[in-house]
Amino acid sequence: MPEPATPTPPPWAAGGVGHTPAPAARPDAAHEHAAPPAADTGPRSSATGAGPRNAAAHSGPRSGADAPHRPQPPGEPAAAPRTGAELPQEPRPPIGPPSPPASAAPTLDGEAAYRTRTSAAVPANAVTARPDGTVGQSPIRPDAEAKVNGTFDYASDLAFDGMLWGHTLRSPHPRALIRSIDTGPALALPGVAAVLTAADVPGKLHYGLIEADQPVLAPGEVNYQGEPVAIVAAETLDLARRAAERIAVDYEPLEPQCDPSEAVEAGAYFRYQPVRVGDPDTAEAAVVVTREYEVGMQDQAPLGPESGVAVPTGGGLVLHVATQWLHSDLEQIAPCLGLEPERIHLEMAGIGGAFGAREDLSVQIHMAMLALRTGRPVKMMYDRAESFLGHVHRHPARMRYEHGADADGHLVYVKAHIVLDGGAYASTTEAVVGNAASLAVGPYRVEHASIDAWGARTNNPPCGAMRGFGAVQTCFAYESQMDALADALDLDPLEIRRRNAIARGDQLITGQVIDAYEPDPAAPADPDRARPFSPLADLLDRFTDLPVPPVPADRDIVELPGGTGNTTHGEGVRRGVGYGVGLKNICYSEGFDDYSTARVRLELGGPEHDGEPVAYIHTAAAEVGQGHWNLQTQIARTELGVRHVVLLPNDTKIGSAGSSSASRQSYMTGGAVKAACEAVRDLWQDRDLADGPIEATRVFRHRATKPMDPVTGQGDSHVQLALCVHRATVDVDVELGLVKVVDLTCVQDVGKILNPVALEGQIHGGTAQGLGLAVMEEIVTDGGRVKNASFTDYLIPTILDMPPMRLRIVENADPEAPYGLRGAGEPPTLSSTPAIVAAIRDATGLPLTRVPVRPEHLTVRRPS
Amino acid sequence: MTAAAPARFDFHRPAAVAEAVRLLAEHPEAVPVAGGTDLMVAVNYRLTRPEAMLDLTGLDELRDWTDEGDTVRIGSGVPYARITAELAAVLPGLAAAARTVGSPQIRSRGTIGGNLATASPAGDAHPPLLATGASVEIASTEGVRHVPIGEFYLGPKRSALRPGELITAVTVPKAAGPQQFLKVGTRNAMVIAVCSFALALDPETRRLGTGIGSAGPVPLTAPDAEAVELPWSDPGRFDDALADEFGRRVAAAARPIDDVRGTADYRRHALAVCAARALRRVWTAAHERNPR
Ligand SMILES: Cc1cc2nc3c(=O)[nH]c(=O)nc-3n(C[C@H](O)[C@H](O)[C@H](O)COP(=O)(O)OP(=O)(O)OC[C@H]3O[C@@H](n4cnc5c(N)ncnc54)[C@H](O)[C@@H]3O)c2cc1C
Repeated sequence: MPEPATPTPPPWAAGGVGHTPAPAARPDAAHEHAAPPAADTGPRSSATGAGPRNAAAHSGPRSGADAPHRPQPPGEPAAAPRTGAELPQEPRPPIGPPSPPASAAPTLDGEAAYRTRTSAAVPANAVTARPDGTVGQSPIRPDAEAKVNGTFDYASDLAFDGMLWGHTLRSPHPRALIRSIDTGPALALPGVAAVLTAADVPGKLHYGLIEADQPVLAPGEVNYQGEPVAIVAAETLDLARRAAERIAVDYEPLEPQCDPSEAVEAGAYFRYQPVRVGDPDTAEAAVVVTREYEVGMQDQAPLGPESGVAVPTGGGLVLHVATQWLHSDLEQIAPCLGLEPERIHLEMAGIGGAFGAREDLSVQIHMAMLALRTGRPVKMMYDRAESFLGHVHRHPARMRYEHGADADGHLVYVKAHIVLDGGAYASTTEAVVGNAASLAVGPYRVEHASIDAWGARTNNPPCGAMRGFGAVQTCFAYESQMDALADALDLDPLEIRRRNAIARGDQLITGQVIDAYEPDPAAPADPDRARPFSPLADLLDRFTDLPVPPVPADRDIVELPGGTGNTTHGEGVRRGVGYGVGLKNICYSEGFDDYSTARVRLELGGPEHDGEPVAYIHTAAAEVGQGHWNLQTQIARTELGVRHVVLLPNDTKIGSAGSSSASRQSYMTGGAVKAACEAVRDLWQDRDLADGPIEATRVFRHRATKPMDPVTGQGDSHVQLALCVHRATVDVDVELGLVKVVDLTCVQDVGKILNPVALEGQIHGGTAQGLGLAVMEEIVTDGGRVKNASFTDYLIPTILDMPPMRLRIVENADPEAPYGLRGAGEPPTLSSTPAIVAAIRDATGLPLTRVPVRPEHLTVRRPS
Repeated sequence: MTAAAPARFDFHRPAAVAEAVRLLAEHPEAVPVAGGTDLMVAVNYRLTRPEAMLDLTGLDELRDWTDEGDTVRIGSGVPYARITAELAAVLPGLAAAARTVGSPQIRSRGTIGGNLATASPAGDAHPPLLATGASVEIASTEGVRHVPIGEFYLGPKRSALRPGELITAVTVPKAAGPQQFLKVGTRNAMVIAVCSFALALDPETRRLGTGIGSAGPVPLTAPDAEAVELPWSDPGRFDDALADEFGRRVAAAARPIDDVRGTADYRRHALAVCAARALRRVWTAAHERNPR
């Protein structure tokens, strides 16, 4: 815990709150209001009884720690944040006026409560949460009921009066020149309102997340199969599709560059990032293992296809989109439309899964162009096949690794040559390469390393963000290498990892020192007290009392490899066990100014809230299914001691929340909501809610990071590191090459459990995605053409493929982070893949250097 | 806007087979639809755009099976879920195949008639129907004809079904001995076969029936393998070498290709493994049931 005084919960916060690490909120970037808020803010008070009150009571920024009137918490020592189990249960306040406050608190009597008007201006799509659940608990999600009963509006459910349907014509060629486009036959169809090409783009021709290199519509050449060439708006979707078929495009196909290694040699790459430390060429090793690894192209396969509606508003636009980052969308959209960003308002539409696929733009600019041209609302919605072509994928990788170790298995050096295929356009390849390079050896101590990582430019489908973001690919390679070393030295796979586990004070190959770990005080003490705390060894040690499950007698065929296929009744089945460790950076790295904004407003509710205070939270953070909305309500209840929380729609009327990516929203927007709540709580000390709402806006930033040195890769590039360890137990039908994963046991350090159920969901889901990459998920391309753009042939795990999991969740707090949390969504995706492949190796004795492992790799066509 | 009027689309819902075939003769453009689990996927992917549809779900005649003594006559509209639940004792091979189809939703909706009419080489009903020598009952305004299953499949997604014809039923001989169906897929459920194999053993006539799925342009049989000599007089002499020889002959009968679901090599290999396993299982079962 940091030294500064911890903020005190207001006396009316029943049950108190956990300790809070020093807020990282920047007072300079924050502002606070009394009601009414600035003109562009969330719910407005009604005209009556909502005049400015206490307008002077709030002036100026104020840090959370300096308010003189707040007493120190009595008898509370500075200690690590409490674990979920220790969190006091919030007693449910009685129905009616809130419990009588202690002396310093404003009086909230029933009369005062009912004098305050209710929020007449709260938008219809605000989400009212059930009135309970603090940090550490698992309240039912505010979006759960609607998602279960089918009333939740996903982006594809949106409809507006007078709406047209848009459709995209895409290139069938991976690379071609466009000699001409004749839109005439399409426009001639009755009911077609507009057909637009590159010539019609109102502003800049290119957009992109990091580098604006991707054409809005192909301007004379196409560089991947599926690149948008023209867009159509028509009265029906079917008509729009038929019209698109009638657009005559004269292509001159060119030879596509589909080999990423050749592309790199030819100088076609988005980024090259080396890392150099020590002198790997002269370092002496007793044992050396050298292998080449390959990772296939995985897809995020979100169930909700890309969809949205653009509504013209006299000179501007409202865009209803399902995106991971509203403000980044806006920054990219506005210049291409030639509009001032102020004239475009983005509203979040219901998101049907993301996993990175909604970081890049899809329908946004296209539907906006069609709406501006036609003056009518335009909806776009991809079907499954188009979705597979219309979003980026996980970078396929080819990696050559050389590990040298001494006779005891201590790493001496690592050399790696990593080629990631970025496909045709930049997307986030640059950042993915940074992750692959900086995390190339994993959570192991090594003095000498030489890493070269490239992100190639080819005519394959563009690749970008997917859960794990560059750390997944190298994790498969370095974990396979650790197992190969263990084999060569006849060491236990856990033991070789333990011997090399990074500890506090050690450095990553980038020179970044491992810090920000407060070991869980409840954990058993390390017998070797002289050793610095190793967050990895701590996790590995926990497998001692988690035995490998026994082989059950009399299994049904669904429990055997091949499942209902009835391929084995036990014939050819061998069991294998394997481990995998993953190291993931949390939040945005390499000097990026990563922040989130939250506005919290507290006001007295009406009778529907029993006259109790209601917290309104406004952020732009995307709820992608991870449970972030729920967490915001938990934070508000914890920090403000209220029960009632209303989530205002996520939109661009508030500042950026950053992306729902990089496992960062609990940390970042959680941090911003927490800081805003703390600010409101401070103001509440001096004020009576009956006099009007209290509101505060906070911008939250994590600790600053540095770019990687372009030559040596050195630099404190990461904010926070998170570790996850999997043990996989598999049954393999070695004659047919079919795999059944029978157990996945996971030990993950999350710093602090904020919501046990949501956390388990993240670990299960992340693990399943890693399982998919291990044994089935791959976009297959041939000469740049996608061969399996459907769920018929792009297989994702079913419930029969994914075993029940056993979880050990560890809370080694990060004192830099809100509540001590550590981002949790991505790490399990890293480690489950190598653990499963290691288990298959154990069962088959095959080297297995490529994922996904296919049945033929285990039987007739064994790669390497 | 007036231009928004959708294209004309006829939907016929006959209540009797006679009416259905008459409608089909009058409206040759009408496409029959049963469960829709093949057809509507094709419509969604815009591989087909039917101008009219003939809904078969109102035809009660197609929606049941009947015991005909030595055979079972299964109406073309019977879904997989019922085959698994109701026919496992008499048609174990077909019931095992039905169990592997899609997901519970698909098994409730998808019909055996739809599987036959689609005639995909990967259709799971085909191998057990081939292995047991089933017969397809086809109706039109001309009357009813019966096509032996071996003559039904003509090419990838091409069958003996002619325009104006409906499949009304499939007649399957009851199992005279143990049967097996094995389906290889890269996922443990809900997967299209990479390859599949069905085997029926008739200890009375000492005959084997085979069916191979997803390893050729049409579902195939393996006559060479069916001719393998089995040690009927001394069942204990059955050994791995014999099972493997049977597997090799099945693999040799296949005509697989490389595609995204699997390679030709792997398909041949997996068929050999599956066939050997199937033969061991039926032989063991036959001799457990009738001890010497
Ligand atoms: C998610 C999913 C998973 C699947 N998994 C499998 C699987 O594992 N194994 C498998 O074999 N199949 C699978 N299928 C395919 C499909 O479910 C089966 O082929 C099913 O048997 C089709 O039957 P249906 O009644 O739905 O046919 P429909 O879709 O209604 O019809 C299919 C075709 O047959 C014609 N037709 C239907 N009935 C008749 C009739 N009585 N007479 C003449 N023509 C007729 C139709 O005109 C159409 O051309 C799957 C499909 C989906 C969507």
